[in-house]
Amino acid sequence: MTLDRLLLGDNQFFGVNHMSEERAHASALRFQDTSAIIEVIDDAVEAGVRSFMCTTHERIGEVCDHVREHPADYPGFAFLPCMPYAHKYANAVTELGMMGALRSFLPDEGFMNAALRGGRSLAGKDIEGLITLLVDAEMKMFHGLATPVVFLQNIVVDLLLGLRFDAAFSIFAEHVRSRYGAEPGFITMNLPMAVDALERAGIDDPIVCSNMNKLAFRVSGGMHAYDDVLATREFRPVAMSVFASGAIPPREALTWVRERPQIRSVVFGASTPQHIRATVEIAEELWGAEVLSPR
Amino acid sequence: MGALGDIVVCSQGVAVIRVGVIGAGKMGLSHLAILGAHPDVEVVGVCDSMGYLLDVLEKYTGLRKFSDSADLFDQHPDAVLIATPSASHVVLVRDALDRGIHVFCEKPLTLTAAESAMLADAATDARLVTQVGYHNRFVGTFREVKRLLDLHAIGRVSHVLAEAYGPVVLRPKGETWRSRKTAGGGALYDYAAHPLDLLCWYLGEPETVTGTVLGRDFSAEADDEVYGTLRYADDASAQLSVNWSDESYRKMSTKMTLWGERGKIIADRQECEIYFRDTAEVPDGYRVGWNSINTTTLTPSVWYYLRGEEYSAQIDHFVRSVAAAKTGSPALEPVNDFASAAATDRLIERFARGPSTDEPRHVAAPAARPDRRLFTRARRRTR
Repeated sequence: MTLDRLLLGDNQFFGVNHMSEERAHASALRFQDTSAIIEVIDDAVEAGVRSFMCTTHERIGEVCDHVREHPADYPGFAFLPCMPYAHKYANAVTELGMMGALRSFLPDEGFMNAALRGGRSLAGKDIEGLITLLVDAEMKMFHGLATPVVFLQNIVVDLLLGLRFDAAFSIFAEHVRSRYGAEPGFITMNLPMAVDALERAGIDDPIVCSNMNKLAFRVSGGMHAYDDVLATREFRPVAMSVFASGAIPPREALTWVRERPQIRSVVFGASTPQHIRATVEIAEELWGAEVLSPR
Repeated sequence: MGALGDIVVCSQGVAVIRVGVIGAGKMGLSHLAILGAHPDVEVVGVCDSMGYLLDVLEKYTGLRKFSDSADLFDQHPDAVLIATPSASHVVLVRDALDRGIHVFCEKPLTLTAAESAMLADAATDARLVTQVGYHNRFVGTFREVKRLLDLHAIGRVSHVLAEAYGPVVLRPKGETWRSRKTAGGGALYDYAAHPLDLLCWYLGEPETVTGTVLGRDFSAEADDEVYGTLRYADDASAQLSVNWSDESYRKMSTKMTLWGERGKIIADRQECEIYFRDTAEVPDGYRVGWNSINTTTLTPSVWYYLRGEEYSAQIDHFVRSVAAAKTGSPALEPVNDFASAAATDRLIERFARGPSTDEPRHVAAPAARPDRRLFTRARRRTR
């Protein structure tokens, strides 16, 4: 599959802003109603954006319902789910404990109970079953919709990187391919480390999404190391945080990306029609009209 | 930048530090990953009572597992990282110190001021490196506040509002130790500990703590809200406002607002807004009136990022401190050592019990014996 040049992100809808809690709060207020989210998506669709890279926040489920009900309004529109929605799990772990949280998110309670009863171990085949069940639970909301890429969120990817749990990447990749016919994607704050681990896990030409920006904001190990990976390694890079939460003006930010031809796509988080149009226009100038070519 | 000097991230190859991890819960796993990604660290193994999780890690990552902390100590690690339920800290930390092992412990250090002071003294006597996981002291914005205070940039501080809110307990039923006060749960130990630690860092220890409220929204056995007034020797005062049952926040949000005679500072994890009166001696890079500086500028990037630069930076600081001790290099300036954490624990205790001069207070639960069942074997075997 070919990744679109521009992918609409969803941080702005859920009160995520890496620079200002006040701005985060303001956007949480503004997108209180899912209809406000859908309006922005509609603006993006009108501007020619076709890919929505989104978390598995429960309110995305409502967006999915809307798109399912109005297929004619969303020709060629694709969801690129990013799972899991980490805060949901983190809060549950604090409240219910590690196993309690897992149990609460699994569709079939019997699985965990059997695993815990049956032996003291979740090892072997069980861990595959566990990962695939969690993925399936998160994918439910996208039933019947196009999901050409399914991403594993950075909190999980980076935790697995630190634990050197390479096998989990291949289990995820295999399941996403076989069950959903989708490409596995990996979001990480540690690009060089992730590319190494995915290679060890035997995943060819992986889609890897990471912070890449002119300020090197949250570019772990520095942009030099990232540029080296971009120049020398075989993978499909997707850049996020290119505007560093608004610290870099759009044209400057995207020009910087354009200077790195290996970068396939940019995730951007606009929340007004003007922002969306401005971003699309700059991208068209920089990459040519192919930026929005129909799939 | 920074009064403490730049956090140099990742020392690269001075010495290999062998670290054992005790506790593989939410914080333990996060620390384990950060240690695993540190080029100077060899993770000796991990100890937890949850056999199934360790089985998975052992099978897929080759990590050695231990069900008894004494067996992990027997591997002679240079350092241990303790991230078990708070009530078990005192026994585990003491055992590690007795064996000459450097210790990083999750916060709070213990559940009583006396025990924390005892551990701080023991660590000093044994000349061991210690650190407690008050990660806010590694957050760029909160460090900038400390630097500005040390420069007396806003003059004498008259008042501080210390706040923390977040969506942890939203239902009546809690199933973990965090919902039991006797085990070190509740908003006081889990949430309020952070702004209280920042208050200790910025203003030192208060003379009085009054008007304390330990309120409950959902928890049956612990506090969900913590409020109180602190008064300091130089007429400064502070108010604490903490609520972990507030789901209007997406995640924990800590905010410090400081009023001084020559200006005002508002800081959270993302940004630092500073207003300087025209009477202020404005530091380099700032101006009279409003200034806004955010984490992008204040936070050096780290070699490995999991959930915030501060978590990686604090582990790196500990690893470098242990490396310095091991190689006989000059010691690093301690950040969050046991003595510092003991001061924070003393303050927490004053909220939990209140000073004798206080007015009547609301108290959530009677004090009881901490639950030490999990790790009693280690104690028996080492004594």
